Amino acid sequence: MISYLVRRILIMIPTLLVISVIIFTIIQLPPGDYLSTMVAELQARGESIDQGRLHFLRETYGLDQSPVERYGHWIAGLAHGDFGWSFEYGMPVRDVVGDRLLLTVIVSGATVLFIWLVSFPIAIYSATHPYSWGDYTLTLIGFLGLATPSFLFALVLLYLANVLFGLPIGGLMAPAYQDAPWSWGKVLSILSHLWLPVIVIGSSGTAGMIRRLRANLMDELNKQYVVTARAKGLSPTRLLIKYPLRLALNPFIADIGAILPQIISGAAVVSIVLSLPTEGPMLLDALRSQDMYLAGSFLMFMAVLTVVGVFLSDIALALLDPRIRLGGGVRR
Amino acid sequence: MSDLLQVTDLEVEFRQSGEGIVSAVRGVSFRIRPGETVALVGESGSGKSVVAQSIMGILPRNGRIAGGEIRLNDPVTGTIVISKLDRDDRRMRALRGNRMAMVFQEPMTSLSPVHRIGDQIGEAYRLRHRASRTEVQERTEETLRLVGFPNPRQALRSYPFELSGGLRQRAVIAMGLICRPSLLIADEPTTALDVTIQAQILKLLFDLQQQFGMAILMITHDLGVVANLAREVLVMYQGRIVESGPRDDLFANPCHPYLKALLHAVPRFREDNRQRLVPIREIASEGGQLLSRAITPWPADGDRAGPLLSVAGVSKSYHGQRGGWFAGPASAGMPAVDDISFTIRRGECLGLVGESGCGKTTLAKILMRAITPDQGRVLFNNRGHQIDVLGLDGHALMQWRQRQQIIFQDPFGSLDPRMTVFDIIVEPLVIHRVGSAEERQALVEDLMALVGLERQHVHRHPHSFSGGQRQRIGIARALALRPDLVLCDEPVSALDVSIQAQILNLLKDLQSRLGLTYLFISHNLAVVDYLADRVMVMCQGRIVEIAPRKSLFCNPVHPYTQTLLLAVPNPDPRFPLDFTQLGPCRTSDPGAWPAPFTIPPAADPASRPRLIDLGNDHWVRATKELTSCARA
Repeated sequence: MISYLVRRILIMIPTLLVISVIIFTIIQLPPGDYLSTMVAELQARGESIDQGRLHFLRETYGLDQSPVERYGHWIAGLAHGDFGWSFEYGMPVRDVVGDRLLLTVIVSGATVLFIWLVSFPIAIYSATHPYSWGDYTLTLIGFLGLATPSFLFALVLLYLANVLFGLPIGGLMAPAYQDAPWSWGKVLSILSHLWLPVIVIGSSGTAGMIRRLRANLMDELNKQYVVTARAKGLSPTRLLIKYPLRLALNPFIADIGAILPQIISGAAVVSIVLSLPTEGPMLLDALRSQDMYLAGSFLMFMAVLTVVGVFLSDIALALLDPRIRLGGGVRR
Repeated sequence: MSDLLQVTDLEVEFRQSGEGIVSAVRGVSFRIRPGETVALVGESGSGKSVVAQSIMGILPRNGRIAGGEIRLNDPVTGTIVISKLDRDDRRMRALRGNRMAMVFQEPMTSLSPVHRIGDQIGEAYRLRHRASRTEVQERTEETLRLVGFPNPRQALRSYPFELSGGLRQRAVIAMGLICRPSLLIADEPTTALDVTIQAQILKLLFDLQQQFGMAILMITHDLGVVANLAREVLVMYQGRIVESGPRDDLFANPCHPYLKALLHAVPRFREDNRQRLVPIREIASEGGQLLSRAITPWPADGDRAGPLLSVAGVSKSYHGQRGGWFAGPASAGMPAVDDISFTIRRGECLGLVGESGCGKTTLAKILMRAITPDQGRVLFNNRGHQIDVLGLDGHALMQWRQRQQIIFQDPFGSLDPRMTVFDIIVEPLVIHRVGSAEERQALVEDLMALVGLERQHVHRHPHSFSGGQRQRIGIARALALRPDLVLCDEPVSALDVSIQAQILNLLKDLQSRLGLTYLFISHNLAVVDYLADRVMVMCQGRIVEIAPRKSLFCNPVHPYTQTLLLAVPNPDPRFPLDFTQLGPCRTSDPGAWPAPFTIPPAADPASRPRLIDLGNDHWVRATKELTSCARA
């Protein structure tokens, strides 16, 4: 088991390296760079820029180097925790990102929790009472959740929250705490703002999860081992929790790795609408203005999240399912 | 003595979407006395499993007891009318797994894959008794020892996938026995198992019944099992009990046409005259003129070049799974087939018998060139020209494939559900570019008639056919290219007895009409006995004995063959299984065979036992000493 863990952690390094090459290449792909975008913008406004200054900037930013050299610099910096320089903001990426990473993790974490807490009881009810009125109603709501564009849902909820409860529009905390250092009040303020983005971002995920868990559970409920357990005289609730639910969970644990980045990137639009200080909007801006190191850092962050998430879900699967833990090479 | 279980006028209905209400059990009445074994016999769909489910209160959600009464007179709980209770009623749950228990057919799926054996078995006991963890564990261990687990303490902590099929079925039986029920319902408990393991399980059930005096309701379609275990027999047909009575009476004087037919449809083992089986519903096979016309005749001296197929020294090892880039080196190879040599003569049917996992299917795949063996030689005689099958490639390989076709075991998995029957049967012709569109059309119709299917069903999809009909589609597909050799890989093992008889008869007729040669693979000795001219016995990847049918079945030499023959239950109560002769479960371990036959696991290849000629075409795997013994 230990050797397996070490192997898995070691294999994450080449994986992340390959991902970083791909990210860098993709960021490089559009013609031009940050400076040429800036010059074009200035010219469009009828302003001009001094060629000497342009040359100076190009040199200081290292934009005159070959892509391979720049990649080398970037990756060497990443290894030291230096994420590079954001052109757009004129400061180190690390300072630009600041609290945003943490807030992103908070919002995403809360969303995952929300999805699980809401979808599980509903899915279990639907699966154990299939084709009943309750099932149909919940299914309908689920489909609505899947089909409604989340930004629209966000706008509607914002309006309702403001009109009905007098809540402030947008943001993740009261304006007073915006740039304030962390304090108890700030945490409370975040918590009181958190529910709205979490519901909005989580709604489609919840609906999807309900559908999949219901289908999985209904498959498991028809399996022979469930009948065997029933023949033992287990009560229906105990039976459900101990056997089919346990097995129906596997796909979801396997999903953890994929769900995190999906929520983060899927939340970008909602974050813009709700003006949340999370990663999504900033990533979008950075990609548009070819602020390559900022964008690259964000994408790398998501890659790390995915790789680590997959790793964690693999370990959780191995812990939960003896077939994976012990089954290697065993033939029937 | 009062009856333990009384079932009176039981009626069970199923609500099915689209079909309305289907009645599955129509007025069934019977009783079981304490400590008695009753067999419930019938083909699939006759409602026998539904009866069991009704008794246990585990009918599927869309089923309900529409009438009648099930009454359990248990000495511990008193009289309870089961049919009046809800399936999840507390009183019902107190009975299930406690006073009456059930053993299911599929040992592979009836245990949860992610819970430990000990946990799953002990659960029923823990539910009823306020027992401490160690008490439950002791009780579970004791029960596991009872059902013959070699190492019960270790088994407590193992998972189902770590056990063999036979051990899993024992675990399922242990699960039923943990509370010492007064009634055990066994739903086809041995159908999925090999004969030797089946015999062990039957012996186990028999012994346990003696020990605890519990009644057994045995549900099966295997008359061999019935003849060996049951005292009373109930025969079900289309939801009704059509005949019932003491076993000996029923086997001696069957009255109802269904039971008569069932008894005639079973291939009898070691019967000297090979009477033609009488299926319950005979199928008409006609046509075939087009096909026989298309067969290229053999030249007069075609057989001089050698037998149709000769296999020499074929071996194949599988390597353990490797676990990715950083995993250690691959583990040493497990031989799947080892030193296989035999010949198939033109026009004969060679039977290949062996238990699951012995390498039968691997061998078939090697012969079909789906797997490449590590070493060995396969020669095919194509009308006087010897072909080196393993050396073929490209066009020559395609050409040769027309000469040899295969019929698969699973009639459901081997037909593409999206193709029509026409597409399925015509596909080999399309792949090999045989004939024009009209010729293909005519040939497919000819083939349909040949295997006894309606010509007008040619545009249906496989799902609208029964298992037996699908297997006939598979046979038609295999014959479309007019092969000389057909490999039949367990073609009837997934079918009901009566359907099995149809297919066996069909294969027999086709062989004589089209001059086919078969390699017939099966784990069922009686089936091989019915079809084969010579029989080959395989164990752990090696051929241990080859002989003409009669000498193999009457005079087996190898200890493995002998055990295999002893373990087959005869569908005749006059010849019961001799449980005392069945040794412990080590019969398929080559290292445990007696002296001239022993194959030690790490023997050097030179001193290993080889196939030795005993004369009269009888070969057995042993060391040289055997022949000297025989001579002396």
